[in-house]
Order: sequence, then C-alpha cells, then structure tokens
Amino acid sequence: MAGPVSSAPAIELRGISKRFGTVQANRDICVTVPRGTIHGIIGENGAGKSTLMSILYGFYRADEGEILIGGRETHIPDSQAAIRAGIGMVFQHFKLVQNFTVLENIVLGAEDGPRLSTSLSKARRILIDLSRDYGLEVDPDALIEDLSVGHQQRVEILKALYRQAEILILDEPTGVLTPPEADHLFRILRGLRDQGKTVILITHKLREIMAITDNVSVMRRGEMVGTVATANTTPADLAERMVGRKVLLRVDKAPATPGETILEIRDLRMTEDGIERLKGINLTLRRGEIMGLAGVAGNGQSELLAILGGIARGTGSIRMKGRELDLTGREDGQDRRAQGIAHVPEDRQHLGVIMDFAAWENVAFGYHHDAAYRRGVFSDNAALRADTNAKMERFDVRPPNPDLAIKHFSGGNQQKIIVAREMERVPDLLLIGQPTRGVDIGAIEFIHKQIVALRDRGAAVLLVSVELDEVMSLSDRVAVMFDGHIMGTRDAATTNERELGLMMAGVTETA
Amino acid sequence: MRPIPRWADLVLVPLVSLLLAAVCATLVILAIGQNPMEALETMVAGALGSAYGWGYTLYYATSFIFTGLAVTMAFHAGLFNIGGEGQAQLGGLGIALMLLFVPFPHWSIALLAATVAAAVFGAIWGAIPGWLQAKRGSHVVITTIMFNYIAYALIVWILVDVLRPAGQAEPATARFAVGIPALSDVPGLSSIFTQAVPVNISLFMALIACVAVWALLWRTPLGYEIRAFGKSEPAARYAGIRPVRTVMIAMALSGALAGMMSINNVMGDSGRLLQNSSEGAGFIGIAVALMGRNHPFGVVLSALLFGFLYQGGAEIGLWTSIPIDLRVVVQGLVILFTGALDHMVRQMLSVLFSRRKVA
Amino acid sequence: MDYTTFLQILDSTLRLATPLLLACLAGLFSERAGVFDIGLEGKMLVAAMSSGAVAYLTGSAWLGLAAGVATSLLWAAVHGIAAITFRGNQLISGVALNFLASGMTVLVAQAAFGQGGRTPALSGAARFGELTLPFAEMLRPVPVLGPFYAEVMSGHSILVYLALAMVPATWWVLMRTRFGLRLRAVGENPAAVDTAGISVTRMRFAAVAITGILCGIAGAYMATALQAGFGREMTAGRGYIALAALIFAKWRPWGALWATLLFGFFQALAFRPDVVTAVTHVDIPVPALEALPYILTVLVLAGFVGKAIPPRAGGEPYVKER
Repeated sequence: MAGPVSSAPAIELRGISKRFGTVQANRDICVTVPRGTIHGIIGENGAGKSTLMSILYGFYRADEGEILIGGRETHIPDSQAAIRAGIGMVFQHFKLVQNFTVLENIVLGAEDGPRLSTSLSKARRILIDLSRDYGLEVDPDALIEDLSVGHQQRVEILKALYRQAEILILDEPTGVLTPPEADHLFRILRGLRDQGKTVILITHKLREIMAITDNVSVMRRGEMVGTVATANTTPADLAERMVGRKVLLRVDKAPATPGETILEIRDLRMTEDGIERLKGINLTLRRGEIMGLAGVAGNGQSELLAILGGIARGTGSIRMKGRELDLTGREDGQDRRAQGIAHVPEDRQHLGVIMDFAAWENVAFGYHHDAAYRRGVFSDNAALRADTNAKMERFDVRPPNPDLAIKHFSGGNQQKIIVAREMERVPDLLLIGQPTRGVDIGAIEFIHKQIVALRDRGAAVLLVSVELDEVMSLSDRVAVMFDGHIMGTRDAATTNERELGLMMAGVTETA
Repeated sequence: MRPIPRWADLVLVPLVSLLLAAVCATLVILAIGQNPMEALETMVAGALGSAYGWGYTLYYATSFIFTGLAVTMAFHAGLFNIGGEGQAQLGGLGIALMLLFVPFPHWSIALLAATVAAAVFGAIWGAIPGWLQAKRGSHVVITTIMFNYIAYALIVWILVDVLRPAGQAEPATARFAVGIPALSDVPGLSSIFTQAVPVNISLFMALIACVAVWALLWRTPLGYEIRAFGKSEPAARYAGIRPVRTVMIAMALSGALAGMMSINNVMGDSGRLLQNSSEGAGFIGIAVALMGRNHPFGVVLSALLFGFLYQGGAEIGLWTSIPIDLRVVVQGLVILFTGALDHMVRQMLSVLFSRRKVA
Repeated sequence: MDYTTFLQILDSTLRLATPLLLACLAGLFSERAGVFDIGLEGKMLVAAMSSGAVAYLTGSAWLGLAAGVATSLLWAAVHGIAAITFRGNQLISGVALNFLASGMTVLVAQAAFGQGGRTPALSGAARFGELTLPFAEMLRPVPVLGPFYAEVMSGHSILVYLALAMVPATWWVLMRTRFGLRLRAVGENPAAVDTAGISVTRMRFAAVAITGILCGIAGAYMATALQAGFGREMTAGRGYIALAALIFAKWRPWGALWATLLFGFFQALAFRPDVVTAVTHVDIPVPALEALPYILTVLVLAGFVGKAIPPRAGGEPYVKER
C-alpha cells in the first residue's frame, strides 16, 4: 500500500529505550530516516543495532519511546503489525524454510484464502513482475536448500516486496556474500531507493556504509552517537565514533622469521552429505609464521579446521612434524592435542566450551586426561581450580571467579579463557577460527597480541577469519579459499584488498 | 524473568512440584468418591507407623535407589533411559542363572557373583540401545521401550519353556539355594525389626552405589566426559570425547545399575525368578531421578519418598476401596510436574520472589 | 497356506493396522509441526477407557467415540501446555502422561464399575458394527478378487474406513492448504513462521489438538470396535509402534498407511502361530511371535530399512532469538 507521497520522514524514532534484565540494550534512541534514502546504521557487535531493528519489526516492545511511520505514530506489538505498517526485514540468518520452494516461502503468512493453489498462482504472477522491476531473478520453483546464499537473500527481499513493504531493513546483509554478490545486492538496493523505497542497512563494515548509504547513524553501547550525511564523513571519523577513541587498524608486530616446515597438507579432500567441501587442498606452514585463511564463510575453511582438529574425517595427506596424521576418525581431538595441535574453534559457544560448566571445568576441556589434573584415577579439582585462577589473572579475565558458569561471562572473556587454555601449553601449531567474533575492542587487541607472541615463540598459526581486515593485519601470509579450493597464497605485506577480494570471488589468478 | 535463588531452585522447586502432584492426587481421590484424609492416614500408618512398615518402605526404596541412579546416569549423558524395567528383569535373569547353576559355599560369595551377573546382564540390555542410538541414530527412548517388551517376552519364554522345573504349573524358576540376610537377621538391627521384613542388606549396596555414582560423575575424567557429552555433543567431539564410546558406557552403566536392583527383589526377597519381577520399579526410577534433580543424594531422598508412596499405596489398596493403581497416577503426576512443567513451577516461584522483594 | 487363511490374515491385518494408522497419522500432525509426542499411547488408552465406559452407560458407540475424543483432547492439551507454553521437555511430558493414563484408566474404571479396572462388555449399538460394502456378496464368486473384496475389504466397522480415508485427507490438508503449509513450516523453521507474523504457539496447539482427536478415534476403535470394552493396558505399546511406523513412513501420509499395514500384518501373524509354523516348518514359541512387532520396530528404527530425515525443528521448543 504505497501511501500518499508526503514530506514526512519514512521513520522517526523518538526516545526509544529497551532493557534486558540488567543490560540497557537501547537508551533514548532518536533517529529520523527520510523517505527514499538508504540509511546506514553502524556500530560494533552489541552496540544495540539489532535490538533497535527488532523493536521496529515488532519482535520486542520498547520500554519507552514512540515510533512514527510516515509521520503517523504507529504501535507495533508484533511482526504482523510491522508488515501492515509497510516494514520488511531481511535478517542476518534468513528466515526461510529450507525444503520449501521459493514460491511457498514467499506466500507463507501472506496467503489468499485457505486453498494453497490460488495463493501460489497469484504469487507466481506478482513474482515475475517484481523480479523484472528490481532485477531480482530467481526460479520460483527451486527449493531453498538448492539455492546459493545470494539467491536466498533475494528471496528474503522478494518476500518483503510481496508484502508491499515500503521500508526495507537489512541486518548485516553482506556477511555471507562474496564481493561481487555484495555489489549486485547494492545495485538492487539502489534500484529500490530510486523507485521510492526506503532502505535501512545495519552493518559494522565501514566500506559498505561509504559505498552505498545516503546518511549514516552511529550507535555505541546502546546509545545513538549521531547521524550524518555520508558525503560529509570519513571512515576514520566513523570508526572513532563507533569505538569512542582512536582505533588501531594495524597490529604491532615484527617481521616473521619462519623456521622449519611443520605442517604439510597434500590433496586434502572431504565430502559431506554428498557435497564435496574440500577439493584437493595443498598448504604448507612453517614455524614462526601466521598463515591467514581468507574467504567468505562456507567455502571450506571450517571443514579444513575440523579435519586438522580431529573432529571431521577426510582423505589425502597431512604431515605434522614429519608424521602422518590419521584422517579416518581413528585419532580424535585428544590425539591431535597430544601431537602439539591446539584449536580455538570458530563457533566458540557451540564447540569451544560447555556453557553450563563452570570456568574451571572448561579450563580442562579437551585436556581433562592431563596428568596435571589427575590424582590416581580421580580428577584433581583443586589443582584445576588453582590453574584456572592463575590463567584468569594472567589473561585478565573478568570477573576472576573460577566457579562462575562460562555462560555468564561476556564473549570476550569466554574467548580469553579458551585462548588461555589452548595457548598456555605452547603448542607447535595453533588453529584459531574467528578469534575476535563478538569480542569487545579491548579484548581484540589483547588476543591479537597473544597470537603474535605465540608466533614469536616459534609456533605456526593457522588463522581463519571472515574479517578481511583482521586476516590482512595479523597474517604473514594469506591463502584465499573459494569453493573448496585454495585460490592462491599471497604475502600479506604486498597484497591488497582488491586482489584478495577477486580471489575470494573465485576469479582465477592471472599473476 | 528474574532467576530464583539457587537454594530455592534446589529445594523449593521439587517441593512445590510434589505439592502440586499431591493436590492433583487429592482431587483424583475426591473425584472417585473416596476420602483423601483416610487415604493419607492409611499410608502413613502402613508405611511409617511401625518397624514392619518401614521394613517394606525401605525395601521398595532400595529398588528405587538403583533404578533412580540408572536414570540419573543416563540423563547426565543426555540420554533418557526408559528401559530400566527390561534391564532390571534381565538382571534378574542373570542372578537366576548364576544361583541356579553354580554351587556357592557361602552367601557372601554368591552375592558377589550374583551382583556381577545382574550388572552384566543389565549392562548388555542397556548398551544395545546405546549402540543403536550412537551408531544407527535410532532414538534411545523408543528403543528402550521396545526392549522392555522384548525382555518381557524373553523372560516369559525362559520361565515357561526353559527354567520351569518339571511338574510346576507356575511360570517361575526353582528356588535358589542361597539368599542374603534380611535386616531382621542382622545382629543389632534385629532388635528393631522384630518381624521378618523384606528389606535386606542390598540397601547398603544401594547406598554404596550412590556414592560411587557421585564420585564417578564428578570426580573422574570419565564422569567429566559423560557430563560434557550430555551437555553438548558437538563440543564433546571437539574435545576428543568419543560419542559412540561415551553413549555406550553411559547406557551400560545405567543398565548395570538397573540390573543390580534385582539383587534386592529376586535374590533378597522372592528367592526365585518370577514373571515381571521388577513390578514397575524401572519406571519409578524416572520419577525418582527427576524428583531427586538427577543427583545421587537427591535420588536417595526421593527413593525414600517413593518407597513410602509405594508401601502406603499397597496399604490403601488393601484397607480402602481406592485401587492400588493410585501409585501409578502419583508417579505420572510427579514426572509431569518435576520433569515437564518445571519451567512453570520456576515461573511461579519467580513471581513470588520478585513480589517479596518489592514488598 | 490356502487362500482363505491368507485372506483371514489380511483381514485381521487391516483390523489391527487401523489403530496404528490413526495413531501414526496423529503423530504425523504433531511431529510435522515440531512437537514430539511419545504420549500417543496414553491418549489412546484414556480414549479407550472413556469410550468403553460411555458407550456402556449410554448404549451408543457414537457417544462413546465422542467421549474418547474429548478425553484424548484433554491429554493433548496438557502436553501442549507443557511442551509449547512452558517449553518443557517433550519426551518427559509424554512419558508422564502415559503413566498418568495407565493409572487413571484403571482407577476410574474400577471406581465406576468395580470389575478390576475393566469396563463391562459392550454389545449391540454400544459397539461399532460391521459394514458390508456394496456388492460384496454379489462379487464373491469372482476368482481371487471377489473373495478379497468380500473378506478383506468388506465387513469392517466404519472407523476402519474412516482411518483409510484419513490418509488422502491428511495428504491434502498438509500439501494443498494454507493450514498445511503453515503447519509444515512451523516444524521446519518456526522462526520463518514467526517473522511472517503467524503465531507459532497457535499453529502448534492446532497440530497437537488434531493429534488428540485422531488418538481419540484410535482408542475408541480399540474399545468399541476391535474389542468389546476396555481392559487394563489394552493398547499394549501400539502408541510406540505407531511412532516407529511414522519414522518408517518418513513422516508422510501414504508411507504411514504402508508402514502400519506392515506392522498390522506382523501383529496378525502373532495371533496365528499355527500358520507361521506351517509356513516356516519351525516351531516358533508364541512369546517370540508376540515380540516380533517390537523387534521389527527396533530394526526399523536402526535404519536397516533406510534413513529418514525428521522435521528440522522437531522436539525443540520455540524461543525467539535475540
């Protein structure tokens, strides 16, 4: 329902506040989004961006404040109300039913009448028009599980447009996209804006904000720091507003002095659920260097870490310190640890710890058979507690309480406990995935320093991160993964974002 | 929702759940036109009013400690073992085979051998569903239920066609040559239990098993692995904890505990193997474990409570017109309130606690 | 084995498969909506008792059926409250309700009739009579098919035909209606349904209610058609076998029909040890035949007959993510 064109802003938020228990997620947020613009909302993880958008979409109710849509005060108690008010949302994790077709996903919740066939044929007609108008080509009869991530995102956008959304909110839309896919998305968003739709883009990537938005609002620790026209600002300025102080964009480190070869991967392959995830990986790591694996999530990095960490099986050959590693599942994570391989997993809360266990119990996780934690057949819980206390002090974990369940620590402190556990034994090889995802700025610097220090003590580090900035600033060499292949390896000091970006998109190297 | 204090979570939640179950049971008794007060008096008098009553209450409690520990053990590995009934009956079969075919010079050696046999038979009957879950992905809940039915049929066949002495009509084995002392035979305790009572020295074995389960779960690396696996299988894999091995060990231990229950009733009380020897104690273990918050020491307390309910229930079956099946109703209610509606109970308590803070 | 014996076995296969089929379709609605229901057994049991009791007291099988459905719905409501509203453990809730059913049925039947927990034997209009299909006698002389039609297809109570009709009906509702689309979506990805502005809670309660109705019919069939009255524990694990059949059927309506017919066939065989001995020339003990459906269930679950993918959100209470 395209309302009458008026000069009223598409959205105006006045004094929105929201609290979860003791956490003030949003405090007195005021922001105005003019109609027909692309508006960026930027902030660190946990700055309150997603909470604010969830309030706008009726997922949460604000404790205080009011929402004006098109100049009219609007009450949004649930998603249905948000949809009626013309708001569409594309979540970071898509809300699609995997074994439904595109068409079925689009009509779900917006059907015409109890018989499905009438809804589906009507939707098919409208979908063809929408696809043409906005350049959103997608096969209406394809199953979602068969579509690429980029196409699934288009389905989400089509879902919103099918519901006649005038305002489209996208939450971190490029996290799962390759650079060319992201460019295509931006073209779509510009097209939407040019046809009078209002787009809100939530992101923590400065590059995107600069590339596509008309205005940008910065959030920090639940508060709105300010809104500026994108043309009148710079990335450095925005970064400073996000963090509240000057940020270190480079990691301080001496040049690497690589030693002997410690890890040799030859023709490593892995097939899962009938899909070949790794298609012949060759990679060599030496002592005293950090190898960064760049790539969009889902191109085989996780599988590579899982096989090295003894969690998954594969075929091919991996030699560690000259000894062949077992890839058939006979050796497990504990065997890998015994061979000097430590592993900080990508999905920290899901893999790296037992959330209900106390901090001291998690310090033994994976090392619970260690002689230092045993007394005869029994566990030496006193020794383990003492060790936890010491680690907490050295790594400045807060609160320094070994008996607190790990789920009650912040993301950064959880990660510090894991990093302490994996690094303090000085492994020969450290596997570390997404080391700073969901970690506050202070802890990021600390963890980066620890990684570099470990390298300087002669360990090899294999770093996986979807943050290209992090890979580039921390690594000595960068390997790019795409579709189960290593596209190439570059010296971190001489490569650049453009070159790596092309490789991440699967463009074959020409150099 | 505001979290409630830890002590309230540990103590009040089970008590309130029990209270709700009691209220529902009272309504049921009223609905079938009987007198709840009379029922309660009969239960208390019959189960706790005399040393003789205690002799039965403790006898039942012994079985329930074993089956409650069995459920607890599996629960910590994230498994719901409903097969205690079948595992206990198989344990009984192990005892019968051992005592019928091996001559023992003394009851203490017989007890030791019978315990091993009961544990091994129970462990096998638990480990097979464990293997099927870990290797073949068949859900342990449905498999263990099926194994109860299969065990029942197996025992019927053995009692009718194999172990029944010639000339005996009843499907049962011959009497065992040895038994174990009842508490009324134990010097010192015989002054308390002046009449012959079924409670026997396996009560002490149950208490030892409790301490052993506690030590295993919280004081050994194996227990650590079981608990970690129960909380998160992917994380356990990351830590090098092997899923198949852990599931099978946990289910075997669980089955062994359930099997050992038969020392109490098969060797200690009936002195021969009968059909359906476990009489539902395997199922009661579920209620006992939930009520005991899956802690071995909680299991002892709730096993005592269920021992009281069971003996008291038998008494009201004898002396009032309330059918003995009231026991199963109460058991279902306790499982419902402590296991499935525990969030509801917590929410109720949380409202109470926040009100008190405001006031 | 002659053709007549074979037809007799097929006839009792259909009779015995009917409660399994109804329970299996009941479980299908619940599980496709993401709610595990191990309490099919208990719902059938309470329905059997109340339908037996009401049919005896009123002399009407239809009123018995209504009572059975109502009691089963009550049980379904408690499961819904525990599993959906309070996000409790769905397995434990099902187990608890099964025990509750086991005790309550005997308690109530004993209090009402004093016959050791059974309901009095039903006769006449208190039971569902056997319907003779059109032309059954006329077609009987037709070779092979005639006796099949007259012996196996004809001569069942109306509930048997209702159960069979439920198979295409379930398929149609699930695959061809808005309700079915939403129901399947809620079992696959409740967040997708929630963000589309539909209440996950309401959809799941609707599914659980249908489960209650179908289990009610299954239980009423046991007491008022298959047998003449309720007896203690008369469902004898059929609720669990129906769950196994559901997995075997890969959560699909037509698969449910074939799976439950197979299990029904094995139950029918257990009643005819003479036939089994005659065919196999081995003297198989009766308990082994009785254990056969349970052993088959274990084999089915163990995936020796193919791997099945359950609904993705099955067993998970829905919590909005932050």
